[in-house]
Formats: sequence, structure tokens, C-alpha cells
Amino acid sequence: MKKYPIALALFGALVLAAACGTESGDSGGGGGSDSTGAQGFQPPDLEALDKLGEPEGELSVLAWPGYAEDGSNDPKIDWVSAFEKETACQVSVKTFGTSDESVSLMKTGGYDVVSASGDASLRLIASGDVEPVNTDLVPNYADVFDFLKDKSWNSVDGVSYGVPHGWGANVLAYRTDLVSPAPTSWSAVFDTNSEHKGKITAYDSPIYIADAALYLMKTQPDLGIKNPYALDDKQFQAAVDLLKQQKPMISEYWSDYLKEDQALKNGDAVLGTAWQVTVNLAKSEGAKVDSVLPSEGATGWSDTWMVATKSEHKTCAYKWLDYIVSPEANAQVAEYFGESPANEKACDLTTDKAHCDTYHAGDADYASKIWYWTTPIAQCLDGRSDVKCKDYGEWTRAWTEIKG
Amino acid sequence: MTAGRSTSAFLNRTPRLRLGLLLSAPMLWLGLAYLGALAALFITAFWHADSFTGKVITDWSLDNFETLVTDSVYRTITFRTIAIAAGVTVIDAIIAFPMAFYMAKIASPRARRILVIAVLTPLWASYLVKAYSWRTMLSGNGVLHWMLDPIGLDTPGYGLTATVITLSYLWLPFMILPIYAGLERLPDSLVDASGDLGARPARTFRSVVLPLTFPAIVAGSIFTFSLTLGDYITVKIVGGTSQMLGNVVYDNIGAANNLPFAATVATVPVVIMLLYLAAVRRTGALENL
Repeated sequence: MKKYPIALALFGALVLAAACGTESGDSGGGGGSDSTGAQGFQPPDLEALDKLGEPEGELSVLAWPGYAEDGSNDPKIDWVSAFEKETACQVSVKTFGTSDESVSLMKTGGYDVVSASGDASLRLIASGDVEPVNTDLVPNYADVFDFLKDKSWNSVDGVSYGVPHGWGANVLAYRTDLVSPAPTSWSAVFDTNSEHKGKITAYDSPIYIADAALYLMKTQPDLGIKNPYALDDKQFQAAVDLLKQQKPMISEYWSDYLKEDQALKNGDAVLGTAWQVTVNLAKSEGAKVDSVLPSEGATGWSDTWMVATKSEHKTCAYKWLDYIVSPEANAQVAEYFGESPANEKACDLTTDKAHCDTYHAGDADYASKIWYWTTPIAQCLDGRSDVKCKDYGEWTRAWTEIKG
Repeated sequence: MTAGRSTSAFLNRTPRLRLGLLLSAPMLWLGLAYLGALAALFITAFWHADSFTGKVITDWSLDNFETLVTDSVYRTITFRTIAIAAGVTVIDAIIAFPMAFYMAKIASPRARRILVIAVLTPLWASYLVKAYSWRTMLSGNGVLHWMLDPIGLDTPGYGLTATVITLSYLWLPFMILPIYAGLERLPDSLVDASGDLGARPARTFRSVVLPLTFPAIVAGSIFTFSLTLGDYITVKIVGGTSQMLGNVVYDNIGAANNLPFAATVATVPVVIMLLYLAAVRRTGALENL
């Protein structure tokens, strides 16, 4: 396998320390990327667009469910039609349930823009599936919170690869009528003595291992987990064992948020990790469901809109990037999905005036406490250089093993 | 007109060329689209993917097959999948035989036509609709719970049992039709003769009906077995936490972005099916399809 000396040559002392003596994983030649600072990979040499042309009349959007609503799920929830009217770009939306799905769909080349989470964005950049974004062509970029700009998950070497969209935490959803008292800790889903055995639901993706690691980080300090995405052999094994223990208590794993919504409504699952949008949806359908941010903290996402390298509708794509972070649209998405908007001005336009406070929108300090999804790599993300961490390939294999 | 006539005359004189032209399109389809894809699958199985970007790296190695054989989890999943496929096949055969027997031997010609249509109708409805209906029915407060609760039973909930039930339902027509066709070909006179010679119905069934329709049952089992072997959607909808071979393939394409390993896993059902077909060939069921 190739080693990546370029990383050592290019980046600062932190990366130097972290990258020394590490090799890329046995199955992964991707080299290291260090999402705490500069990235240890060389993105393909691609140019950002320098000026906009005429809108091409079409746009294919690949988005998390709830990010590009055109009224087909709920006639009242529609911000895509306004965009179509404004720009004459006809939008077709495809949603995905996991970051991995977004990466493989982007590889098919059929999409113009994608809302990528941190565990997808760097993979897309490294493989050249997305190109740098000229933020000068996105007027609303100016109003985006500064603490979201130029981050390791949306930029490489100061070159921006997209526009921040919003961020939030993976919450613990529960049936208010069937779970009492209300849970306050992730122990409700991990403790083998949980009284809700067989009625627990969990996210069906290798990245869920990080949730177990986060729980262990707080409950078993002697494991020394500093970052749930940087796990050495022992820590990783502990997280995997915890999930194997959890499996008999799981009613089902979900990757389709509608499936989870249905399970919660029917009471086939009474608690488990969820997105706020699932909880909002279940509530709107009359289910007695609520959510809580457990005391251990949570994993979460910080999403970025990116432009496909092979897109033939780049003007429409830029128009979309600008539109979706405009105060009006950003406020609607943030409120519908249940996350913090990226645009500062969106906070004035939410129907619930307290929305931004509830989700700590401008609170950089709070935002730093959420463990955003990021791709685990062999080079430990927490800066340790004396051990090798488990890369995502191994996370994936472990996930198959956990499900058995 | 004359050109057309001379061409047809030419083709009439050269039967081999005529046959070649006739068959070239379907052969091309079979060769390229079907066998070609299988070959590509098999070749990809020896490559591997970059775990970070998911790009396929075309180095040849047996690593994927080694993982497949040495990791016990894949053995477990393979055996589970075979067990589900076998279970579905047996259940379908048991349900389908009496139905097919009634249709072929007892029902009036008019009722027979209606029954054939009734068996075929579910195939018109979308697979997903049927699977999701079962999801709703099997739910903790679904109709099965409501029906079974008074007699002290409960819905099996989501899991392997639910998967077997749903798949048995989905593939039942594929078992009924071949058995029905097989029974229709069975002359009534043989059954009568067996009775005249003093055999009781059970003996007639064992010594006459079953041996003669066995190839038809096997033909039906090819459908139910292979369809179950490759299924991954039903188990996702009603399977709770369980997974089958198809899910491992799906997860390696969709989640892990590891196409080569997905290809490696996909060879397992192909091999199982080849073994199955080889065994089936001996029963003569292939002539019954």
C-alpha cells in the first residue's frame, strides 16, 4: 500500500506528530486525513467556477430527507417550488438514509449538488467527485456563522468545497406514554438491564459505533477514549462488544427515517437514537414522541452543500447553494429538520422565535461539544501517534459482525 | 421488392445463415448482458476498494475470499440464508400442493380458470406494497396481534419468523403454478388404476402422484429457493435485526462502498444455486420448467 509522504511535507507540526510512523490501513490506500486540522490527503486538482452563466433549467439534488422539500410529503412544507420559480431550474430530489449511501450515489455521477455530512464530505473531496466552490458566487455565504466556515469537513488547505447548511445532534427519541420517567442518558439504550428490552431502535450504519464509543467515553474513563472517531484496538473492541450486547435488545435497526417513524408510532420501538425531524414528523402525526439530548452529549452532523465535479448544471447548482442558505430557506429547513441554521439572519425568520436558542445556533461553544460525524482513519484523529486507529473499512466489517 | 425477394430466396437456400441471423440478437443479449455481467462480477471479486474514497483498485488478490471464508460471521449469514430459503421452499410446497391438486383434479374447468387467475393476481401488486402490508400486520398492535391475542398467542414480531412468513407469501404463486402444471399432466387413469388395484389414497399419493409430480415440485422449488436466496428487501422491512446474504451485498455497495467485496459475497448465492441446479438436474425437473 502507498504511504503518503505528501502529508508530511505539506502540513504543520500537529499533523507531523500525528502522521509520523503511521501507515495507511491494510485495505485502505486513502492515506490519512486529519479532520482536527489540515487533511492528510491530496485532493485532485480541480478549479472552482469563476463566473455564473445562464441557468441550465435543470437541477438534480441529492439530499438528506427533509433538506429539499417540495411539498410532496406535506403540502405546507415546500421551499423547492419557490426556488424553481425564481431561477427556472427544475429540481428533482433524491434522498439518502446514510452518508455512505450519499457517497456511493455521488459516484454514479447523476447528481449536481449534495448535502454531505462530515463523514462523507472528505471522501467526496478525496475522490474528486466534488469540486471547490467559489464562495464569491454565493452572496448569502457572507451571512453564514464564521465558526462554520473553513472547517476540516468543508475545506482543504483553505480552499472551500461547499457551503455550510446547518448542524445538530443525534437525539434520543422516546415514547412519552410508554417510557417513564423520561430517559436522560444513553444508558437507556445500552444498559443490558434496560426495561425496554426488545423495543429499542438504533441507526443502521457503521458510524453508530461512535455512539457506543461516546457512551463508553463517559462511563468507562479508564478506556481513555478522547474522540469517538479515533479508537484503537482495545477501545474499538469495547465499543463493538457494547453493541453486540445491545443487539438482543434491539427491535430493529433503521436507516430509513420513515421506518423509524412508523416503528415509534406503532410502539414496536419505544426509544432509540433519532433525528429531530423524525420526532417532529411523528409528533405531527399524533404520536406521543419526544426527544432529549442525553447527559453524555451526542454525536451529530454538520452538513455542507457541495457541487458535483461532473455536473452539467453548475449555474443552477450555485443558485441552489445560494438559495438554500438564504435566510428564508435556511430558516424553513432548520425548523423543519430540527437543526441549527447556518445563516445568522435565518434566526429572525423562524416561526418559533426561540428556535435558534433551542438549538444553540450561534453558540460556537455548544457546537464544539457535539461529536460531528467524520470518517475514521488509521491515523488517530485525536492526535495520538503511538497507536494505530481503526479505519472506516474496519468499522464497516465490525458493523456486519455486530449485526451477525 | 425484387431485392427483398432475392434476399428471402437466398436465406431459404442457406438455413444455417438464417438460423444464425435469427439467434444472433438473443445470443448477444444472453452473452453480453447476462453472462458478461456475471463474468465482470467474478473478476471484480478479486479486486479491492480504497476504504476511504471507495475507489476500486485493480490489484489481484484472494483477500476478499479469505475474509469470506475465515470470518465466521459470513458463514453464519450464509447458513441463515440457506435455512430461510429452505424453510420458505418447504412451507410453500406444503401449502401449494393441496391447492394445485384441487385446481388440477377437483375443480370444474370454470372454477379452475378463476383459481388460476386468483393465484396470479397477487403478482400484479408491487412487491413493496405486499412486504409493507406484512410489516403493518406483524406489528405489535397490528391485525395479527388482534387476531391471535384472544387465543393466547401473539404476533411473532419482526425477525426471522416474520421474514419466512412474508417470503413464503410472496413466492407462493411461483410454487403453485409448476405443481399445477405437473398435476395437470398426470393422467387421471393412473390414479384410478392405483385405486382399482386396492391402494388406499395415501398409498396412491405416495407411490403414484408424488413420484410423478416430484419434478414439478422441484421446478417450483428452484423459483422459491433462488428468489429467497437473493432477497434483501423483505428482511429489511420485517426482519428486525437479522440480515441475509443480500443485505451484506447491499451494505457493501451502499454503505461500505466496497464493490469488490460485494462481488465476492455475491458469488456465494451463485455457487449455491449452481450446486442446487446440478442436484436438480438429476431429478429431471429441468425438463418440467
